[in-house]
Amino acid sequence: MSAPLLQARGLAKHYGARTACADVSFDLDPGEVLAIVGESGSGKSTLLSLIATELAPESGSVSYRMRDGVVRDLSHLSEAERRALMRTDWGFVRQDAAKGLRMAVSAGGNVGERLMGAGARHYGNIRGTALDWLAKVEIAADRIDDPPTRFSGGMRQRLQIARNLVTRPRLVLMDEPTSGLDVSVQARLLDLIRGLVAELGLAVVIVTHDLAVARLLSHRVMVMRAGRVIETGLTDQVLDDPAEPYTQLLVSSVLAA
Amino acid sequence: MSAAQPDTGYNFAYLDEGTKRMIRRAILKAIAIPGYQVPFASREMPMPYGWGTGGVQVTAAILGKDDVLKVIDQGSDDTTNAVSIRAFFARTADVAVTTRTREATVIQTRHRIPEAPLHEGQVLVYQVPIPEPLRYLEPRETETRQLHALAEYGLMHVKLYEDIARHGHIATTYAYPVEVAGRYVMDPSPTPKFDNPKMDDCPALQLFGAGREKRIYAVPPHTRVKSLDFEDHPFRVQTFDRPCALCGAEGVYLDEVLLDDAGGRMFVCSDTDHCEERRADGHVGTGGVAETVAHA
Repeated sequence: MSAPLLQARGLAKHYGARTACADVSFDLDPGEVLAIVGESGSGKSTLLSLIATELAPESGSVSYRMRDGVVRDLSHLSEAERRALMRTDWGFVRQDAAKGLRMAVSAGGNVGERLMGAGARHYGNIRGTALDWLAKVEIAADRIDDPPTRFSGGMRQRLQIARNLVTRPRLVLMDEPTSGLDVSVQARLLDLIRGLVAELGLAVVIVTHDLAVARLLSHRVMVMRAGRVIETGLTDQVLDDPAEPYTQLLVSSVLAA
Repeated sequence: MSAAQPDTGYNFAYLDEGTKRMIRRAILKAIAIPGYQVPFASREMPMPYGWGTGGVQVTAAILGKDDVLKVIDQGSDDTTNAVSIRAFFARTADVAVTTRTREATVIQTRHRIPEAPLHEGQVLVYQVPIPEPLRYLEPRETETRQLHALAEYGLMHVKLYEDIARHGHIATTYAYPVEVAGRYVMDPSPTPKFDNPKMDDCPALQLFGAGREKRIYAVPPHTRVKSLDFEDHPFRVQTFDRPCALCGAEGVYLDEVLLDDAGGRMFVCSDTDHCEERRADGHVGTGGVAETVAHA
């Protein structure tokens, strides 16, 4: 592990007079899982959009170590390079699966899209790879030709994960991947994500308001409030021994089962 | 145009010269970038959208006094759309019209490419309803333009993948996407895929006009046009298990014609000119009654 995979420096974004994100900086190493926690409206999702280059920051920069080892400032990538990076070396698992999937296209087509985008032109191979990935995310092989509209919420999220991981990305961004799922489905999904992250050595930035998710998945935690990072550190350290009053409040407000 | 005009009161070929120049500029740009959809300021034409307003504007812009015009609709010279467009230009431009593919210099077509090989100097004008091949996969025009600009055509293969997954083979039979000159993916308009191979290395100029969608695109003569496919599911055209019932032609595109309400039917050439020419040459199919009458 030499240079960090991803570096954010001084990211800022305002919506009118309202601060969505201010002076956010962090490093992410290969294989590291970083959770961004905070209450609704704290700027978590804006930060994720800034990292994903879906929003342009007013100031600050995000740089990424490409597969060839060269560190590039993402705002300097050409549109073609940016899109190529997003669909090969990066993944984005969205809170609303309908935004991350093509709902009218079968599960196999959803998983195969990135492969075909990368130039795969052999139907049998594409389908074989799609079947492998569906198995990895515990979707039965006989569902490969069903569109995600016929899938449950948990299955849709798992399909999203397969669709993103099929090109073996090194960095995956996740925006509240478990919210809106019932607790047992959440637990299975988290278990699956944890297994895949470990198996593939993925670096992950996961945004969540659920501290249990952060505890289960992440190595490090960043606590945000009103667009600023107020506390950051190792997950167990931050969650078990929070220094900031706000973090203490967050931790203490978790309902004990 | 100072030439003697029929009494229509309109400029030669209906459109004013300024409009024709604008359309010609779009056509030149389209020829310069094969397969690229060039926006143009489509005009209201004296016919409804869907009846070939795009093709008519392209034809009007390229038509000269000495041109010989042929208009086909689904391969046929004598259906409403073909007859009315042919009459429109005969009246407003006073050009010679024909049904003979070989004799025509400009052929406006809806949904077919003639069976007779086209030759240099001919122009084939297609009427296009939906020029965007990615439309049903990606509804956002802003996004499809990006995809074209960056040559990101993975999505087009997703459509073919879905076909195979659902039907076991590529079930798209018309408007079958093609890659033009190794760059742009193009919708060949709703021609049957049977006609796709005719677009490849064609000696005639092919122009495409979409009136409602305000787009013009082109395939210059002798341009590589490749139908998209998978390595293990290569592109194939439709085949017919019988020849044309009237002229006995094989390897041509056939239309099914219902004869009565008792299940009687026959398959005949969709290209009526081709069929008539063959019958005039003495070819007879199994259901050939009409041509003996014609010869008598």
